[in-house]
Amino acid sequence: MRAALGALLSHWRRHPLQALTLIVGLALATGLWTGVQAINAQARTSYDWAAAQLGQDSLERIVHPGRDLALADFAAFRRAGWPVTPVLEGRVRGTRVIGIDPFTAPPGEGVPDLSGADDLTAFLTGELAFGGAGAALPIAVRRLDGVAPGTAVADIAAVQRLLGTARIDRLLLLPGVEGDPASVVPGTAREAPPAEGDLDRLTDSFHLNLTAFGLLAFAVGLFIVNAAIGLAFEQRRPLFRTLRAIGLSARALTALLAGELLILTLVAGLIGCALGYLVAAALLPGVAATLGGLYGAPVDGGLTLAPAWWLTGLGMAVAGAALAGGQSLWQLARLPVLAPAMPRAWARARAATLRRQGAGGVALLAAAALLGAFGQGLGAGFALLGALLLGAALLLPPLLVAALDGLSRLVRGPVAEWMVADARQQVPGLSLALMALLLALAANVGVGTMVGSFRETFTGWLDQRLAAQLYVTGADEAQAREIAAFVGDRADVLPIVSVQTDVAGAPGELFGQPDHPIFRDEWPLLDAVAAPWDRLHAGEGALLNEQTARRMDLWAGDAVDLGGTAWEVLGVYSDYGNPRGQAILGLGAFDAAYPEADRRRLALVTGDAALRDDLEARFGLPPDRLVDQAGIKRFSLDVFEQTFAVTRALNVLTLGVAGFALWASLTTLGTMRLPQVAPVWALGLTRRAIALSDLARATLLAALTAALAVPVGLALAWVLLAVVNVAAFGWRLPMLVYPGQWLELALWALLAAALAALVPAWRLWRMAPARLVGVFAGER
Amino acid sequence: MRWLVLWLLFPATAQAQGFAGLGQGGEGFALPAPDPTFAFPEDHGPHPDYRIEWWYLTAVLDGADGRTYGIQWTLFRSALTPEGPQVWMGHSGITTPDAHFTGETLARGGIGQAGVTAAPFAAWIDDFAMTSTATDGDAYDALAVAARAGAASYALDLAATGPLVFHGDDGFSVKSESGQASYYYSQPFYEVAGTLSLPAGDVAVTGQGWLDREWSSQPLEGDQEGWDWFSLHLDDGHRLMAFRLRGGSPFLYATWIAPDGTVEALYDGIEIEPLETAGVEGRDVPVRFRLAIPAKGVDLEVAAVNPDSWQATLFPYWEGPVVAEGSHRARGYLEMTGYE
Repeated sequence: MRAALGALLSHWRRHPLQALTLIVGLALATGLWTGVQAINAQARTSYDWAAAQLGQDSLERIVHPGRDLALADFAAFRRAGWPVTPVLEGRVRGTRVIGIDPFTAPPGEGVPDLSGADDLTAFLTGELAFGGAGAALPIAVRRLDGVAPGTAVADIAAVQRLLGTARIDRLLLLPGVEGDPASVVPGTAREAPPAEGDLDRLTDSFHLNLTAFGLLAFAVGLFIVNAAIGLAFEQRRPLFRTLRAIGLSARALTALLAGELLILTLVAGLIGCALGYLVAAALLPGVAATLGGLYGAPVDGGLTLAPAWWLTGLGMAVAGAALAGGQSLWQLARLPVLAPAMPRAWARARAATLRRQGAGGVALLAAAALLGAFGQGLGAGFALLGALLLGAALLLPPLLVAALDGLSRLVRGPVAEWMVADARQQVPGLSLALMALLLALAANVGVGTMVGSFRETFTGWLDQRLAAQLYVTGADEAQAREIAAFVGDRADVLPIVSVQTDVAGAPGELFGQPDHPIFRDEWPLLDAVAAPWDRLHAGEGALLNEQTARRMDLWAGDAVDLGGTAWEVLGVYSDYGNPRGQAILGLGAFDAAYPEADRRRLALVTGDAALRDDLEARFGLPPDRLVDQAGIKRFSLDVFEQTFAVTRALNVLTLGVAGFALWASLTTLGTMRLPQVAPVWALGLTRRAIALSDLARATLLAALTAALAVPVGLALAWVLLAVVNVAAFGWRLPMLVYPGQWLELALWALLAAALAALVPAWRLWRMAPARLVGVFAGER
Repeated sequence: MRWLVLWLLFPATAQAQGFAGLGQGGEGFALPAPDPTFAFPEDHGPHPDYRIEWWYLTAVLDGADGRTYGIQWTLFRSALTPEGPQVWMGHSGITTPDAHFTGETLARGGIGQAGVTAAPFAAWIDDFAMTSTATDGDAYDALAVAARAGAASYALDLAATGPLVFHGDDGFSVKSESGQASYYYSQPFYEVAGTLSLPAGDVAVTGQGWLDREWSSQPLEGDQEGWDWFSLHLDDGHRLMAFRLRGGSPFLYATWIAPDGTVEALYDGIEIEPLETAGVEGRDVPVRFRLAIPAKGVDLEVAAVNPDSWQATLFPYWEGPVVAEGSHRARGYLEMTGYE
């Protein structure tokens, strides 16, 4: 047994490169997978913390639609026996700051420990805050684990001073209180906690991309592992036969090989986890910034190592290796003692195999088409993704062979014909690596298209939504009226009014919209009756957001229930990133139906650049009450740059993995195919010419693969945008294509292939002629 | 005699040094001085120059159902530094022979959630309120008091049948051999009537109440561990306040109050010893004491109405009604801290 083990392991000593390939392949796959998982997990932990802070995700609120709440209102409720606690949030120098009252905040999450000497004093006097990474305030910020990056918790009075305001945002109401708050403070009302998991659903889109990326990277890695294991088994067939012949049982041999595989896998898995940690640590700040900026979702930029994800990483590595090596082990267990010892590693691919692959690929693509046409929900979307990618990967070798067949009819001359034929001959051997390349390229095209579409659509939509130059909120309605009067004819003053109400039977928001060209001209409608705007302002109907329209299947001409009143749907508008139902009435109809709505918000459409400063000087509005459009847009665009940086980094990584697979395959093939090269050399082709032709062949195969990757990638993007996104979030992004990106990507693929082929080609070039001659000596 | 607030507000110090932490500090705050002169109604109100202060009412009550009850209503004020901020803490308690209810609430000063005004007198935190209903005379002569304590609550009317009494030397109350002191006066002559709202239903109650007013900045000697404090209404009309500070330099004191309010401060001849302990919240706490002042013919065995009168507040302590037998029949309140 020990001798058998020694014999088996000696293979790896003689072929360190194969061992390296196996380990690196598995490590890369595991690394990308765990890295992405770690990022996702870290982000989710951070949201949970933020959402749960002070129980804000579950506690009812008390709000006043007509004016700002103040600490005096808080005191009034407390003295009436209502268990409320105040919250004020804002931004100071880019740091999100949350003001709390440490005495009444519900114990637990988000309430810092103030038991240190003088901590309570410093906190109450506004000299001390607690924050996550990067939180900076004009007062001391002590790092507190679990607080999101760029976020700080301070005393509510300190936050009032920092924001230059005397208001509070809301009162959180602890459970168990009945009654109407208006009996304590007239005008106040209870408000349900925000719809469950708003933030989760918003950010899910982003995580979905990351998870898809992680899975793709893992799949690409598995192709490498599969190739390396298959090769190692095939090469050792003579050895296996010998071991069996001298008495080792098939079971013992299988167990030994499985044990060997397990050990290699664990080593690779550990390396992969470490790699994953590095990937996550490198990318997390970008992800954190993206999520923070895009959705206001705070994510801790620092990474914590959870034992759980080491274990999942290892588990994935073992599962992957089992998947990749299972077939080889199974074959081995059934191997007759006297089976031919011929290495047939690359002989496996016969015409029959190609046909089987082709048939499988076509079947999967057909299944994908059916899923696309009839599938419902997120599960179907993911099944569609899987069928599409696997089908495309399986179809790659037959398609490549067909392309090369076509090419062979076009080329003239023996050398060129040999080259094409040789390329065709190698397709089976390279097929796994090329499939990996295809998947990597397709993923890049798909995700690139999706992110690009998202960016372009979203910024365009921001332009519509932020059509006014200034957004002002008065402290109360009187101040709002004063502001409107002060502005006079320096700007068009458009009131922004809304109420929380049921939209088509689910909690949502209803807006009243004034008649103004910025809406008529700049809001495209996805679906509309004739003259929708005229009819809207005549009070004949409502506009509905896309989410509700899709969810309830309500389109132009249908009737929709808005807060108990039926309205005709006049049109459907895009409302990206909003998980809730929303509808718009003409301002006149809205005012008649909801005279009690909050009327403090104004949009100012103006070309008067001095107006902002004048308003600030005249009314002393704090920054969060006077927002200019340019600032919001700049902020949003910064966010997309971050998203792009993350996407680019992941693109490079997956492409790297695929390039490595190609290199590993070519290197192995380089030695295996000497019998094919030697005759050509003997016929007079120089080693240099053969090496160059090897380079050219690899590049050609990569180019063909890249060509196929573009349609697959576009199909992937379409599935992500039109199926998965709609199923997950209820809105559909238009798909925009970026041929420039494809070209760039194709160049990268060619470069990767050329680089991968370079070492084997160089080796051939420098190979001692004696070795080539040796082939004819009939070593075997 | 209630130093709890410091425990809450300086918990790190307290944990590190035991009770010793309570005796430290005081720098920058006003300090009590001998021979005080009190001015009312101003001194019924807050003294923000001093670190700590409290309005502390206890009452032992007879229910219409024939059972004995006790209530506590406490408002603590604490200045974190001589310049502020001021922090307020309310404690409430309702004790029945077989249950104990605790209420606790905290608030910052300056926003109206908690505070005290001298004229007209009102003290409040959240919906705990103590308001003067006196139409003439001292503001403390008549009070309306209400609070919640967990699932129970109470609303009581108090009427004083005697004058304010001043402990120690005319209200300058020394707490140790080395001279730590507070300003300390009481209204021990309340007749109480009102309603307890218990989970099982309302109970009409009548009884006797005792209000303590005390403020200071540097209350305890460094090596003192805790205290046992009694306020008793004797059946002959006398009132007795007695305490012992336990620890390195034990210190005993009693105020003997005649039915007409005449006060005698006693620094010697006081005997306080535990007779029986009970396991309460994982610690042994005395629930029966011998309290004797031979010079006054007092020799009492004082027993808790409910041994589980545990105030499970941020800083927990024992506070509940007691009944006494022996030389007199008596009843009142007992507070114990520092039992670990």
